[in-house]
Amino acid sequence: MTALSQEWTAEAPTVELIRSLMTRMTGDEKHGAAATSTLDLLHVLYQRVLRVDPGRLDDPDRDRFLLSKGHGPMAYYAVLAAHGFLDPDELADWSGRGSRLGMHPDRVLVPGVEVSSGSLGHGLGLAVGTALGLRAQGRLAPRVFVLVGDAELDEGSNHEAIAVAARMRLAALTAVVVDNNSASHGWPGGIAERFAREGWAARTVDGRDHDQIFAALTAAHPDQPSAVVARVERKDWR
Amino acid sequence: MSAALDVPVDMRTAFVRTVAELLDEDQSVALVLADMSTDHFRRELRRYPDRVLNVGIREQLLISVAGGLALTGLRPIAHTYAPFLVERPFEQIKLDLVHQDAGAILVSVGASYDWPGGGRTHQSPGDVALLDTLPGVRVHVPGHPDDAARLLRAEAGRDGVAYLRLSAAANAQPQPGSGLRLVRPGRRGLVVAVGPMLDPVLAAAKALSCEGIHVAVAYLDTVRPFDGAGLRAVLADVATPEVVLVEPYLAGTSSHAVSEALTGRAHRLLSLGVRRNGELRVYGDAADHDRAHGLDPASLAVEVLAFLAC
Repeated sequence: MTALSQEWTAEAPTVELIRSLMTRMTGDEKHGAAATSTLDLLHVLYQRVLRVDPGRLDDPDRDRFLLSKGHGPMAYYAVLAAHGFLDPDELADWSGRGSRLGMHPDRVLVPGVEVSSGSLGHGLGLAVGTALGLRAQGRLAPRVFVLVGDAELDEGSNHEAIAVAARMRLAALTAVVVDNNSASHGWPGGIAERFAREGWAARTVDGRDHDQIFAALTAAHPDQPSAVVARVERKDWR
Repeated sequence: MSAALDVPVDMRTAFVRTVAELLDEDQSVALVLADMSTDHFRRELRRYPDRVLNVGIREQLLISVAGGLALTGLRPIAHTYAPFLVERPFEQIKLDLVHQDAGAILVSVGASYDWPGGGRTHQSPGDVALLDTLPGVRVHVPGHPDDAARLLRAEAGRDGVAYLRLSAAANAQPQPGSGLRLVRPGRRGLVVAVGPMLDPVLAAAKALSCEGIHVAVAYLDTVRPFDGAGLRAVLADVATPEVVLVEPYLAGTSSHAVSEALTGRAHRLLSLGVRRNGELRVYGDAADHDRAHGLDPASLAVEVLAFLAC
């Protein structure tokens, strides 16, 4: 749903295109799995869900997407490039001396990046604040999406946000949890159950099934925030 | 007495009143609380439920929410007790405010030892030093409720991150103006009093003058950015380039700023403040702590005299 850069492609970006763009960014192979885990989610978000426009970066009524899981941002940058926020030619030089693309995204440097991330556990709180700020100004159309990782949910700061969001009835807020089974101690009852207990509308989907992802991200959740837990293949780090 | 408010108030009351006014006047102002001072803002919580937010005892979220509000264009004020505002969520201040280029006004109560009975867990002598590690954070240490109100109003109309450190200790008179300003002329050395240290320093200066030693006294309530130009200007009228810096938080917090301001000029510096050489496991009252840290008038006079006699 982005306004595509006509200079780049006249067709909607495909997952294959985004994968191809990702290969231009080398040097952070340690986080390759982290990047790939978010690929389909980011593709569906930017292709079919988010109302954002690279030509109107400061539109106050735009949707907000916050990448809280900021490590391994290769898929994110590739998606931004595919949708006209970045020049694809920048990707190969990422994290270089003159590059604005670091191994954790910086909103001050990169167009289309809503929050700078890298230290885990910050995005959800910022998303709560963003949703509150939009509501306080009567902007009820913009939606706020925040992408976190399952292991990232270890950070206690997330749970402060999770506890408050439903109590404050932040219906504009959606937390997308990419679950590649990275958490050291797991989540008894499942991640969705944690959110549901705090009053969120919570769903679990196949993180590689675009139709499931789209349906979950666009399902109605009046008066409560939404959590979409997207399961992907296990990250075999052990 | 506060001439502006006509009744005796403390800094916290001045803060509450000023915030209430700002919320009425400016729809971009928001207030975020963490279960502290909520009783003082009952009216505002009812009247502006979307702009006055209580997140509960969740200090990391307090700051993150302030950051998110700022990202939507609001001017948030985040408030709680000093150690829980600065020390506990320090990474949130570093990343969710400063690194995001998202501005907010952080307002604390409690200071270094406003509640001595509460012990170390509720004392924050290191707050200014900690914030000093972050680029661009403005720090205000008012010495009077009127000064607190004035500084808060000024910050409401600005961008960026600012810290307003309120204290139960206060000077008898407000100090209008800005920057490092001369309060008491003198020729033998300059004593710079930060915020509520002014009255104890003036008392010490008076005692020293009875001994024939006339120090100049200057006042400073905005310590970051540090007014180096003001320091140089005031020091120019002092016969001896001897500076005593008296801060109501960790001693030496602003030593580097003084040194930077006086680069290339011969000078001597004595930094006084809350001592660093151990945790003071004493309750009692604030005056007991003042004496323990050498920040009461008599101790200050002794320290300054010894310094000038070197």
